[in-house]
Amino acid sequence: MRVSRRLFIRDGVTTVTLGLAAPAFLSAIAQAQGLPSRRLVVIYLGGGNDALNTLISYQDATYYSRRPSIAVPAGQVLQVGTDAGGRALGLHPRLGGLRNIFNEGRLALVQRTGYPNSSRSHFEATDIFGTANPQSSTGSGWLGRYLDTLPRPLDALAAWNTSGETPRALLSAQSGVPAIPNATTYTYASPNRGAAALQERAAAQVMAANLAAGRPHLAFVNSTSRAAIETLDRVAQATSYTPTVAYPNSGLGLALRTVAGAIVRGVGSRVYWVQTGGFDTHAQQGASGGSYGNLMGTLGDGAWAFYSDMRNQGLANDTTVLVFSEFGRRISENGSGGTDHGAAGVMMALGGMVRGGLYGTAASLAPGSPTLENNSGDVRYETDFRSVYAKVLDQWLGVNSVPILNGDFRAGAPAIF
Amino acid sequence: MSQLNSEMDHLLRRAGFGVSPADAETFRDMSTSAAIAHLVDYEGRPDDVDARIGRPDHAQVATKDLFAPDIDIDDARQRWMFRMIHTRRPLQEKMALFWHNHFATAYSKLVADSGTIQAAKMLAHKPGALRGPQGQVELFRQYALGNYRDLLLQVAQDPAMVVWLDGQSNTKAKPQENFGREVMELFTVGVGHYTESDVYAAARVFTGWNLRKSVDYRQDEYGDLNGYQEFVYSADQHDTSAKTFSFPIYSNGNRTIAAGTESGGMQDGVDLITALAVHPETARRLARKFWNFFISEIHQPDPAFVDGAAAIYLQNRTEIRPVVRYVLTSPWFTNPAMKYARYSWPSEFVARAIKEVGWQGFSLDKVRAPMSGMGMLLFEPPNVGGWPLGAGWFSTGTMLARTNFAATLAASQKENLASALESAGPTPQALLAAMLDRVTPAPFDSAPQQALMSYLIAGGAWTGSAEQLNTRAAGLARLLVGSSEYQLV
Repeated sequence: MRVSRRLFIRDGVTTVTLGLAAPAFLSAIAQAQGLPSRRLVVIYLGGGNDALNTLISYQDATYYSRRPSIAVPAGQVLQVGTDAGGRALGLHPRLGGLRNIFNEGRLALVQRTGYPNSSRSHFEATDIFGTANPQSSTGSGWLGRYLDTLPRPLDALAAWNTSGETPRALLSAQSGVPAIPNATTYTYASPNRGAAALQERAAAQVMAANLAAGRPHLAFVNSTSRAAIETLDRVAQATSYTPTVAYPNSGLGLALRTVAGAIVRGVGSRVYWVQTGGFDTHAQQGASGGSYGNLMGTLGDGAWAFYSDMRNQGLANDTTVLVFSEFGRRISENGSGGTDHGAAGVMMALGGMVRGGLYGTAASLAPGSPTLENNSGDVRYETDFRSVYAKVLDQWLGVNSVPILNGDFRAGAPAIF
Repeated sequence: MSQLNSEMDHLLRRAGFGVSPADAETFRDMSTSAAIAHLVDYEGRPDDVDARIGRPDHAQVATKDLFAPDIDIDDARQRWMFRMIHTRRPLQEKMALFWHNHFATAYSKLVADSGTIQAAKMLAHKPGALRGPQGQVELFRQYALGNYRDLLLQVAQDPAMVVWLDGQSNTKAKPQENFGREVMELFTVGVGHYTESDVYAAARVFTGWNLRKSVDYRQDEYGDLNGYQEFVYSADQHDTSAKTFSFPIYSNGNRTIAAGTESGGMQDGVDLITALAVHPETARRLARKFWNFFISEIHQPDPAFVDGAAAIYLQNRTEIRPVVRYVLTSPWFTNPAMKYARYSWPSEFVARAIKEVGWQGFSLDKVRAPMSGMGMLLFEPPNVGGWPLGAGWFSTGTMLARTNFAATLAASQKENLASALESAGPTPQALLAAMLDRVTPAPFDSAPQQALMSYLIAGGAWTGSAEQLNTRAAGLARLLVGSSEYQLV
């Protein structure tokens, strides 16, 4: 069933309100608490990424027969070797940036990630990746539950969401996450200047500090206002950053540039959420070029700029990027040169401490193969996506994944760190 | 312009976009039941709002060249905002907004298919000067309180929807599931009330529901503006084999659309849409959406309300008007606990702020960037599921966009606010009271109320000088419209 997202956030942030009533300069508290400096950047590819054209099994004849107009020619793929099942694989030709990282040994590609009875609904599937519970698309998110483990009072910028909407993955009962879609407009405006403007901001701050007892929905709106005012000055620091490389002029590129600024300026966020859309390629997606090629170019170029910038700043070893999408797509192309909603996808991790390589095995796309499902229409999952989460939580963020994921997914997890 | 009574304010926030001075005049002497009839039976009110664009005593529009809301999306956005502010039929605009979210269709994807001019035309064309079918938002206005089954049938043939959910490529050789899935998941019964095989069957039902281009149609900006795409049923692309569903298609309980002919195959889609429209889960889903839209997002839908609204919907053969009349006259609507129990959508917030603070000389092209920051650019929903409503509207970034818009608006109305409030009285208390007569936030607790008073005298003792009034009235408007209390409706 569909979620009652509004209800959850509302109930959640009532508590956040109280947490945020704590003293200012919480980043100083965070530093004093001696927290490790590792941070996670999550890139969500919205719409259901066509994993079969991201990481291509270019010697599988069925790949070409089932995708006559959108298969990437074998001669154009960026070869990345052979997986444990003996399948030769290559990245989409527009993923040159990712191939660079792969060649440095710092890109892990985890094939056929998913879960049983994969949802084909964007909303439900995205929420399932958020809750990390295939049985429930409602409730808190896995990263929200991670934030709940951090010492209190929680820094108002413990996590930084670069999209306008709070994704379910970041929802939690005790930890609010600011949404900062555009850091340069993240400022306080007034119809007046000088002292009158300062007095007005002071009044707004007092008004937003009202706990609004008995009116949780008002308290929730107040909490967003207060968090905004508290974080304005630190966010401004991030926007003054001059990167060491040129970022592509895409939404993803600009968001990653802002994240780099926040990291380099020491804003202190542990989790950054970045998303880029357009992956719901039902029609005319193209093969090497076209709209899917552009999506791959956006991803590959953005990730490469960010990775290079972090490396130049000496921060690559403190930064891991996790890339996922809510599902993969149908194996056979449809009548419109696109692909419909499918099942298993490909997850990626990259960063200075990532053990790069190919994890898992590619599906055999021939009808009847046990690696397929839905009358051989879709790719069946091999690696539970939660085992990738577990690895990130246990090995990277340094917390026990079992309570956060409500289960033990450590056994058989891909050794990406 | 004294405030209306609080019941009337509540009604006009929910069934409209707040109270302008002109609205206060219109509704002052009306009973609540007369006001509901005035709003619901809006055909009795003149539909003259577009003709008033350009009048100096209304909000302004601004554009690079000629104002062309039929073919330029930013002009179309201004026209819609103008309508929300100045219409004499506020409930019609409110319902158009509801349907825009329900059938969420995004301009950007249409551009990729059809170019900017044709994309804007598909969404916002108002027939008159140019040839071609009406734009999607005009369809929503036409059926604002009309028959839901008929609206659904029109939406399925709406060029913008056909492009949006890839109907053009839904052929019998390769059925395309996008529309077939969403018509069940989002437009009617909802997840849990259909199966994956229903999705495949629905895709086949709609094979051949396509578009054709007029001879003068061109994608690029050099085409004749009269060019258009319109719905066509391509019989030779229809899959004529039988389709069986997990729910009844016909009133006799039959779940199978029988195999038929190509020429008669369009009836398959009409039958499926009719079956979905009269499905009890559709009735209940719409009832829950109306609860959230008109009554409360804080309280879960009352089961008795859902049963009542669903029954009226089904008894009236999917007519929406009796359902909305039921909602507005129900005890839940007037329950004091439901006042300010919704989070305003950014378009509601912006229209209401302009109506209540003022629009003199204010140009509606200035709302585009702020609304984008608030998370609601009209004609650009984030996906087919519509916008994240309720608390989902609020985050630090979107709240800043709201408060900063309040600053922009207040700055533009400084002179007007000062002169309108000059007669308020010699004290800051009187100024605050007069401002709270204009704008109607949820009640303030004592601490924020005290902060507002302190702000008025923070620059020195209150003298009521022109400069003091000029500064503080605008600052006060900014604080009120940017307050959390004002975000609730």
